[in-house]
Amino acid sequence: MSEMKAAAYICRGCGIGERVDTAQMAKIAQKEGKMQLVREHDFLCSAEGVKVIRDDIEKEGVTHLVIAACSRRAKTEAFHFPTVAVARANIREGVIWSQPEDEEQREVRQEMADDYVRMACAEVKKMKQPAGNPNVGHSKRLLVVGGGVSGMTAAREASKAGYQVTLVEKTGALGGWAARLWRRVPDREPYRDPIDTGVQQLIESIQQDPNIEVRLNSVVASTSGAPGRFTVKIATESGDCVSDEFGAIVQATGFTTYDIAKLPELGGGKSPNVVDQAGLEKLALEAAENGQPIRRPSDGAEVKTVVFIQCAGQRDDTGKHLPYCSGHCCATSIKQAMYFKDANPDVDTVVIYTDLRVPGNGEDFYRSGQAKGVTFTKGKVSGVEVDGGRCKVNFHDLILDDKNAHVEADLVVLATGQVPVSGVDIEKHQDMPEEQRKAISVLNLQYRQGPDLPQLKYGFTDSHFICFPYETRRTGIYAAGPVRRPMDIAQALEDATGAALKAIQAMENAGLGRAAHPRSGDLSYPIVRLDGCTQCKRCTVECPFGAIDEDEKRYPVFNESRCRRCGTCMGACPVRVISFENYSVDTVGAQIKAVDIPDEFSEKPRILVLACENDAYPALDMAGMGRHHYSPFVRVIPVRCLGSVNTIWVTDALNAGYDGVMLMGCKHGEDYQCHFVKGSELATYRMSKIDDTLKQLALETERVASYEVAITDIARVPQLINDYVAKINEIGLSPMKGFG
Amino acid sequence: MGDLNVEAVERYRNNFLKEVEERVEEGHWVKMCMQCGVCSGSCPFGPHWAHPPQELFMMIRAGRREEVLTSDSMWMCTSCYNCVVRCPRQLPITQIMHGLATYAHRLGLAPKNQPTRKFSVLFWNNCTRTGRVNELKLTLGLYFSDGFIAGIKKAWALRHIGLGLLLAKRLNPFELIKGHGCKDKKGIHAMLKKAYEIENRRKGFSS
Ligand code: SF4
Ligand code: SF4
Ligand code: SF4
Ligand code: SF4
Repeated sequence: MSEMKAAAYICRGCGIGERVDTAQMAKIAQKEGKMQLVREHDFLCSAEGVKVIRDDIEKEGVTHLVIAACSRRAKTEAFHFPTVAVARANIREGVIWSQPEDEEQREVRQEMADDYVRMACAEVKKMKQPAGNPNVGHSKRLLVVGGGVSGMTAAREASKAGYQVTLVEKTGALGGWAARLWRRVPDREPYRDPIDTGVQQLIESIQQDPNIEVRLNSVVASTSGAPGRFTVKIATESGDCVSDEFGAIVQATGFTTYDIAKLPELGGGKSPNVVDQAGLEKLALEAAENGQPIRRPSDGAEVKTVVFIQCAGQRDDTGKHLPYCSGHCCATSIKQAMYFKDANPDVDTVVIYTDLRVPGNGEDFYRSGQAKGVTFTKGKVSGVEVDGGRCKVNFHDLILDDKNAHVEADLVVLATGQVPVSGVDIEKHQDMPEEQRKAISVLNLQYRQGPDLPQLKYGFTDSHFICFPYETRRTGIYAAGPVRRPMDIAQALEDATGAALKAIQAMENAGLGRAAHPRSGDLSYPIVRLDGCTQCKRCTVECPFGAIDEDEKRYPVFNESRCRRCGTCMGACPVRVISFENYSVDTVGAQIKAVDIPDEFSEKPRILVLACENDAYPALDMAGMGRHHYSPFVRVIPVRCLGSVNTIWVTDALNAGYDGVMLMGCKHGEDYQCHFVKGSELATYRMSKIDDTLKQLALETERVASYEVAITDIARVPQLINDYVAKINEIGLSPMKGFG
Repeated sequence: MGDLNVEAVERYRNNFLKEVEERVEEGHWVKMCMQCGVCSGSCPFGPHWAHPPQELFMMIRAGRREEVLTSDSMWMCTSCYNCVVRCPRQLPITQIMHGLATYAHRLGLAPKNQPTRKFSVLFWNNCTRTGRVNELKLTLGLYFSDGFIAGIKKAWALRHIGLGLLLAKRLNPFELIKGHGCKDKKGIHAMLKKAYEIENRRKGFSS
């Protein structure tokens, strides 16, 4: 790298000049950091300051920059130099704002600032300006799997945004469940009466849309490739198969109803007069066609009393049925009770519930049901006895505490809820005996990690509920509608729109060779030096996004467009052959080694903090902004995800004489917050194995500690640091000092 | 009054909710109760009666006519309006409680010896007879409502208060003999009669 020219710029603005000695930092950049050009500036992010840097890039041929000023998260527009490598030393948030201002602290504060300059200089020399992923596809065509309301809406929205869409539906008609409803719950003021489903218009708009190609009676036979270049084989019933290329995929495969035959105690499967909500819709549609009121299925007799049983096989804590709430059934039962009340107010309609859940404007609809005379009875149904045409619903009246309450009904409707159609559960699939692998794959992904989207809970597809609700763990493939979580039509419309827009974003980013969220726009990508690879497969197994396949020789094959740039593979690789141009084992390793470690008699410990850039690092910055002070003995390095932490960094730090290492990542486990799903979990797992190393070095296990930190932990993070430093002082400084 | 009850039972069959809706003051609100229990929780007397409002409303929906109308719960309401202020569904609970009490009374189902009912009847008769309340007669009526001996005992126990009122000229013993009336007593009686007629018509009472 002969043509490298490195320059450091040290800002004196924002009070930096008053609290630390910038001249000394400049000297360090020059002498120790070996920067060819060093400048101090009073106001670096000003137009004039930025111009100085820009001129140096143009006229002096500077290729590598160190900016010692504010946090890398601040002034990103001013300090945006896309043609060169940039490293930033966080002097503002990380030093002067997070440390007390008094003179007494000047020495330790200065040491911090000096170290951050050393670290940035060391880092920048290991960096390259990423040029973008060369392995890109340019297809901008969207594949939508599922022709229900969610799928059709996703297709419509993408088409309206100017994209071509192919819509695959396994049955012979569009519409899904919504087409099998007589009416739907209203979605606008005054939320009083059931309204037309609107599905027919939606179907017509799809059929007339020149941007949308509909393939009925078809399924996805195989999917391979990556965002921007998915190759999908679509098989028709007749066995024909077409292959097409797509930029992104929306999976909107919806739900099936819970089988009422599994509820014999509620009369399920025992009498035609006990139906589920879908069954009642069928009766209502038939009745409407004949212009007749809904009749009792067993003998066509008039329906005088109809009982709706909520949470039938749902919210079940015995483990026999669905444990979750499907969220729409309360409103659906109210709607169906109105079918009867609107036709004839003398029909008794009783809704037996334990909790009535009608979120949002559903409350108005509920009130309207009450005004129409629907009776709501809080009770727990113990059983339904079927006798000829009549059904006797026995329940425990929870308000009157009457265990032997009952209603005689002509018709009983069970609210059974939604079961997602999400294909194969890839995690369970592997340990399942062959004969139990009944589930049929939806996407038939030719990915090493399995044929379908990973599932979160109860078979719903995975998504980061707070930050990226539509995303799945397969980049470029988005889930929408009840396959993602139980929902009604109104929510499905919104969901599908969101997923379509995310899919468009993914296609566009992929075409430019850039990362999708959360590092949206990142041009770096994992580069593997295959000649050093031992084919251990750790990277392929651990990549949370299924981005890595294997070739015939069992070498990893990276699909850069599927990659989210978390660096988990880099953290996993035991021989360290995976890296990014601007983020590698070396860039971080160099920073760790650049810190000046005081000798054991100085009473100044040094603690390395590896902080996740999504939550922990912002929390630290905000702690500085809020002037929450923390120990001056820490040196913080942001990492893409704790998953990218290679154990070598920890060993290096301990060998170099650091007294402790704090790892700060996001919450992991069942309700994870980790932006890269598994990164923080994997890191914690890897670190649990580091005890052996510590023992070999004759060090205490406390010298490496992991923490779960949320972005809101602004006051907690300084406390964690201070507590940890106190603990390190208690066990004493590292005996490794001076050996490094 | 018994006839009125039989007639109602006939007319509404099992549908007590409908009966309440049509015949009890503010009764059409009962179906709007969402069983949150805020009223029962807010009622200072709630823990002391058999059926707090939430439960009464549920009993109405469950068709427990007999139990509701013979209950003394609605007679226990002190009209503090706590429940009305707090009910998220804005039910006029206090009014419904009084409406239910009045209705039960009209049907002849209200518990005969319920003290609130007894006092109400006494008060109403006292006040409508002359068009104004005669405190002395009302007090004596109340004292002797449980019999002569009991009345004497009560009067004796409270004699100091009576004497005090007498001395302060707040009580005139001659009211017992004549008592003063009000202007146009006949007019008031006619007005009340008319009001009954209107109510009966509106609520579908046959008499
Ligand atoms: S582990 Fe992360 S960085 Fe590595 S290939 Fe997978 S998504 Fe990309
Ligand atoms: S983790 Fe490293 S050594 Fe193992 S297969 Fe991946 S690249 Fe090769
Ligand atoms: S507070 Fe209102 S809605 Fe709630 S239980 Fe009482 S009457 Fe019903
Ligand atoms: S008004 Fe009557 S029912 Fe309501 S809180 Fe007061 S006493 Fe209880």
